[in-house]
Parts: sequence; C-alpha cells; structure tokens
Amino acid sequence: MSWQPPALDVDALLDDPDTRIVVCCGSGGVGKTTTAAALGLRAAERGRAAVVLTIDPARRLAQSMGLTELDNTPRRVPGIDESAGGRLDAMMLDMKRTFDDVVLANADPARARAILENPFYQSLSAGFAGTQEYMAMEKLGQLRARDEWDLIIVDTPPSRSALDFLDAPKRLGSFLDGRFIKLLMAPAKAGGRAGMMFLNAGMSMMTGALNKVVGAHLLKDVQTFVAAMDTMFGGFRKRADATYRLLQAPGTAFLVVAAPERDALREASYFVERLAAERMPLAGLVLNRVHGSEAARLTAERALAAAEALEESAEELSDATGDVADGDTDDAVDDATTDAATDAMDDAVDHVTVVGAEENGADGTDTPDSSDVPDTEDVTVPQQPSADVESASAYDPEPGADLPAELLAAGLLRLHAERMQVVARERRTRERFASVHPDVAVAEVAALPGDVHDLEGLREVGERLADGQPTAA
Amino acid sequence: MSAQQHAAPDPTRLHIVTGKGGTGKTTVAAALALALAAEGRRTLLVEVEGRGGIAQLFETAPLPYEERRIAVVPGGGEVHALAIDPELALLDYLEMFYKLGRAGRALKKLGAVDFATTIAPGLRDVLLTGKACEAVRRKDKAGWRVYDAVVMDAPPTGRITRFLNVNDEVAGLARFGPIYNQAQAVMRVLKSAETAVHLVTLLEEMPVQETVDGVAELRAAGLPVGAVVVNMLRPVVLDDEAVRAVAEDRRADVAKALSQAGLGGARRGGHAERLVDPLLEQAREHAERVALERRGRAEIAALGLPVHELGLLGDGVDLGGLYRLAESLRTQGVRG
Repeated sequence: MSWQPPALDVDALLDDPDTRIVVCCGSGGVGKTTTAAALGLRAAERGRAAVVLTIDPARRLAQSMGLTELDNTPRRVPGIDESAGGRLDAMMLDMKRTFDDVVLANADPARARAILENPFYQSLSAGFAGTQEYMAMEKLGQLRARDEWDLIIVDTPPSRSALDFLDAPKRLGSFLDGRFIKLLMAPAKAGGRAGMMFLNAGMSMMTGALNKVVGAHLLKDVQTFVAAMDTMFGGFRKRADATYRLLQAPGTAFLVVAAPERDALREASYFVERLAAERMPLAGLVLNRVHGSEAARLTAERALAAAEALEESAEELSDATGDVADGDTDDAVDDATTDAATDAMDDAVDHVTVVGAEENGADGTDTPDSSDVPDTEDVTVPQQPSADVESASAYDPEPGADLPAELLAAGLLRLHAERMQVVARERRTRERFASVHPDVAVAEVAALPGDVHDLEGLREVGERLADGQPTAA
Repeated sequence: MSAQQHAAPDPTRLHIVTGKGGTGKTTVAAALALALAAEGRRTLLVEVEGRGGIAQLFETAPLPYEERRIAVVPGGGEVHALAIDPELALLDYLEMFYKLGRAGRALKKLGAVDFATTIAPGLRDVLLTGKACEAVRRKDKAGWRVYDAVVMDAPPTGRITRFLNVNDEVAGLARFGPIYNQAQAVMRVLKSAETAVHLVTLLEEMPVQETVDGVAELRAAGLPVGAVVVNMLRPVVLDDEAVRAVAEDRRADVAKALSQAGLGGARRGGHAERLVDPLLEQAREHAERVALERRGRAEIAALGLPVHELGLLGDGVDLGGLYRLAESLRTQGVRG
C-alpha cells in the first residue's frame, strides 16, 4: 500500500499574484519562523514585493534578515537578489508599541494619555496571553492597508493559542457585550460611587464581593481603564472583524507548519480542523525536518546485523593480533594537528561544506590516490570524485583512522540503522495524519543538520520547500 | 508518609520545569515527578497550559480539575496530578479565602471570572502559580505536608520569567488589599530556596541559546534557577575524525569490510562500494551534529548549573520510557 498525499506547490502559491497573505501557523519548535522567512526570501527573489512579519525570531535568524532591533517598522532586507523585480522587507512585532499606536490613533490626546498611564493598561499591553496574537493580526491589518507590498507573510506566536487571533474578534465582542463590563462601566459613567445607587441589590452584593476580593482601588483602576477604553472598543472590534474577514478572503493562504513528530502533527491536526471550522483557506502542510536515506534499500535490521557481525570480527582480530589497524599502524596521533583539524571542522560546519574536500584543498596536500585499488577503475566510481581523488594518505593521521575498518563500517551501519528507524517512525506519524486529513497538500522539507542563520541557509530551505514533493510511504 | 520523615538534603519542594517548545519539557516534568516520588514519597505534577500532555504521557483519560493519583512508584511512592483550569482555580480561590459560594457563582455568571482570567493580566497567572504554592504548603490534619514535592509543567522558556514574575506585576497593580497580599505570599515562595526553576534543552543552537537567555532573565528577576536538563541525547557513534578517515584513505578498507559483512562486492562500483557514499553522507550529518552538540554542551556548562542528561527514546515516549527517564534522573543524583 502506498500513500501519496497531494503535493503542495509552494512556487505556484508564491508566484500567484492573487496570493496576498500567507499565514504560517503551528506549534512551537517546528521551524515556523524559519519557514516564514524562507518563503519571504523565495517570493522576493522570484519577483514579489514581499514583507515578512515575524514574532520573536531567534536572534541569529533575525540578524540574517538584517533585523537588529525591534522597532516595529518593516526594513529592507539586504543581500536579496532583486533581479526578478522583487524585494523583501522584514519586521519584528513589538506588541506593546503596536497596542500603544492603536490607542494613540483612536483616542483624543487626553484620553490616550489616561489610557497609556493606567497601570492596568500597562500590564495588559505588555503581558497578557492573547495580546500578542491580537496585535499580530492588528499589525497584519495595518501592513495590508498600506498596500506597499503585494505579498505579506505572517509568522504566528509560538503557543497553543496560536489560533487565538481567530478568536480575537469574538472574544472582544463577548467581552464588550458582557454584563460584567456594563457593571464596571455603570458606576464610572455615573460618576463614581454615586452610580452604585442605581445598581440593584444583587449587583451591589456583587461589587461588594469584588471589592473584598480585589480591593476597591484596583476595581477603580479597572473601571477608569474600561471607561477610557470605551470609545475605542468599537474601533477595535471593527478592525478585528475586518482582519478576520481578510483572513477568510481568497487572497489569503494558511500554511500549517509541523515536524514529522507525534506531538507536532497532533497540533497540526488541531490547526487544520480549526481552520476548516472557521472557513479559513488552508493551502497545505509544511512538514519540516523530514529524514530520508540514499541507501533506503538497506533495512535497519540488516544494517544492524551486519554491524554486529563486523564488531565481532574486529574483536576476534584484536584478540588474535593485539593490533587490528590494518595499514595505518604507522600513524602517530599528533594532538596539535588534530585540534587544528577539529577547528577546521567546526568552521566547515558553519558553511555546510563537504568536509574532506575542503580540508585537503586548504592544506595543499593533494596526493595521488594511494589506495590499494587500481587507479584505472576510478572512472567507474559514480559519486563524489573529489573525496576520492584527494584521498590523502600522506595527510595527517586522525584518531578515527586508527579504528579498524570493521569498526568504521559498523559505525556507518549503526548510523544507517538509526536513520532508517527515524525514517520509519516519521512515515508512521505522517500516515496517521494523512489518513485523517487526506486532502491536505503537503510540502516536505528535508532535515538540515544545523540551524539556519543566514540568507544562504534560508535560500536552501526555500529550495527544499519548493522541491518538497511528499514521498510515498 | 511525609516530608518530615526524610532527611532531605535538597530543600527544593517546588520544581518548575520550563524549556523551549519541542524540547520535551512535559516529559521531563513527569519523569522528575516520578523520580522525586521514589522511596515512598508523594509528589504532585501540575499542568498549567491545558494541553492534556500529562494525561497522554501517563496513558489515562484527560485530567479533571482535581488532584488524583496518576502513578505509583516501586517502594510505595505516588505521583498525583492536577491540570489547573484558571477559571475553576479562581472560584476555588474565592471559596477558600472568602467563603464566597453564592457570590462566587454569581461572579461567574456575570462573566467576571471570564474577565478576570482571560482579560485581566497577571490574575490568571497568579492563580496558576498560587495554586501550586498552596499545594507546596498544604498540610494534613496531623500537620504533615501533603506533598513532598510539587513539579510544575510550566510555560515555555520565552515566557517563564514573566509568568513567574507576574505576581510582582499584580502586586504593582493591586497596591494593597487581599490580592496584593496573596501575590506577595506567592512571590515569597517562588523566590525562596524552596523553589527551583529547571530548564529543559536539546543540544541544538536555538534551544541552547534560549536556555542561556532564560537563565539570565530568571537570575535578573531574582528567581532561583535549578538545573539544566539536556534531553533527547543521541549517542556519538562516529566523530568527525572517523568520518573524514572514511571519506579519505580508509574508503576501500571500509568497502571491503561492508563486503565481508555480506553487503555486496567490495570491488569499485560493486554493491558495498556504492553503499559507502550514502552511508558516509549520513555519517557526515551525524558528525556535524556531534560538533554542534559539543559547542552546545560547552555553552551549557558555562552557566555553572547542575546538568542532567537524558537519552533519546527511539520510539517516542511511552509509560515504560517515562519510568526509564525517571530512573536515569535518579542515578544522576535527583532525589526528593
């Protein structure tokens, strides 16, 4: 049985001029921000005027897009290939500042000041769960209204409540229509305590209880705050409703981002269902960090059995001769050189290069192939000639070189078995998701060994996204 | 059984477990609660984010807002669990401190509870932390502590300082009165030696960075930092030197060895030979990760905190795996 979910064509989505907003949602730790940034970069280099709105990006990722400060304003990302006529701006959301701006834009100066100085507001604007979601949507509405970009890509806050922005208008509505608000407003509107006179007995028991619990002065702060915000609530609600409709509109595409792990896909399921319930347009699922193997025909079981056999024979050899290193026994380990090599390796990690090739090139120690296989057969070696041609027996000895070939091979096989087990586990989780949501298009992004923190890395993720045909399972 | 019967060298009784999303903080919190429940102790595992992760881990039905025994530990220990619902916690709180029965229900009906727990900042968090602190201090009729330790599966690293410090914030809002007093009392527990905030991380760049930042924030806020738990560690099979050796002059030897193991002919272009490159590529990724892990470990070590390491459970975490993680924590010196 093979299962093939529909493929998510990322380039078609990004190239379509009708696509105006892409919202990336998903649980924390699945590479959502990186995905948003990579999509923005790819769209820009394919000719779109794009802006990426990120929420709390990792520092180095932010730096890769030239975002060094949280100033709530989109800034041009340098280093983008603009030859296709596109460009990329990026910004980090400053939640408090966005909230302040809304207040300033919607209340007269005296009232705005009263709100901004209210301790209740200060705490609310900076802290409460949901403000971030709401402000992200507020900012999205603002960016859209500016009409400077033809594509806006939005990252969403990393919480379970990542879809809280969908609730914002509704919550605001029930909040405003709530009797509690009216209760709070009544005395403030009628001029403080005098207003209490109009409350019925039940209500005054209530306020009494409330005073007892929270303290009268706190209640008064809240009342002042609510009264001051009163005129603004209408505007809030109107914009929240408008943003909600904008999200439902045809120009919007939601991408649910996940990793092929049980918990992340469970969350993804929740998002998919929730989006459907809200009639929000889902473009598909981006599955990050998917593992594969170029040697998939060698099963984990066979690899492990072979590894064990090799380890046993290495042990026997070692018992028999006391020295198992075949042909490299003359290699003395030079600590200093090893350290230098390790540093070089560390550097190489940053640039994601083929280690062996760079190492030898840099040292100028290219030597003729001195392996015991006749050179004439070199032409038949299909892969990576560089590693072979530059194979450097005259190059410095490595501690790893002292391992018997059996153990090196066993190590490779054990890593392969581990990989195959990961591949199998990921396939099972993906299948579970696909059985529940067979219509959801999928783009798979092959796992990178390290984190992405430069434009080159983002470009690579973009490539993989566009190339992410889901594998049949 | 109660705390007084054990001479506990570690004064920590409230363990707050945080970590970046995806690092397995719920699993670690559960394993910690199990580890601390050994030798006949009783621990309470508290969930504050309503994700139901604890019930899933222990393979039980979703937890109600009620403390119930969720696991037993060999030797008579018990883990209890509680999923705190902010609304119910508020009513609970009103009932406990004010005997507000009817008025409390009226408040709920009016939407005040809704208001207080979703719109009023800090109040929600003060209820969550307050409930955990209450459990820490609760005693039975005989005066024994009900729980030897309380473990909280807390919000992620990015929000933890704000979450815990929210009592300070509420204390700033309510400058006097009962909420002020409650917030102050909670804050006193949180900043005392009875509390430790543990950070779960993976040895990957972003989680390590968040851990380092989180520790700095917690310290700046005067909150007691406990240990760093490095989770999902995978064994080092081959390091970069070994991988390079295979890529270079040991290639033919390795192909021969693969062939010996029955994986095809070692001749150039033969099956075994063709296997070397894809296997090598995987090994390169592994070695690259090993190098990243080495750097991550150094950064964690520089924090000067106790570090515990937990291995990756290959097939995901099931109940058996959870007990193994708890055992691993105990062998690393985690004791109630």
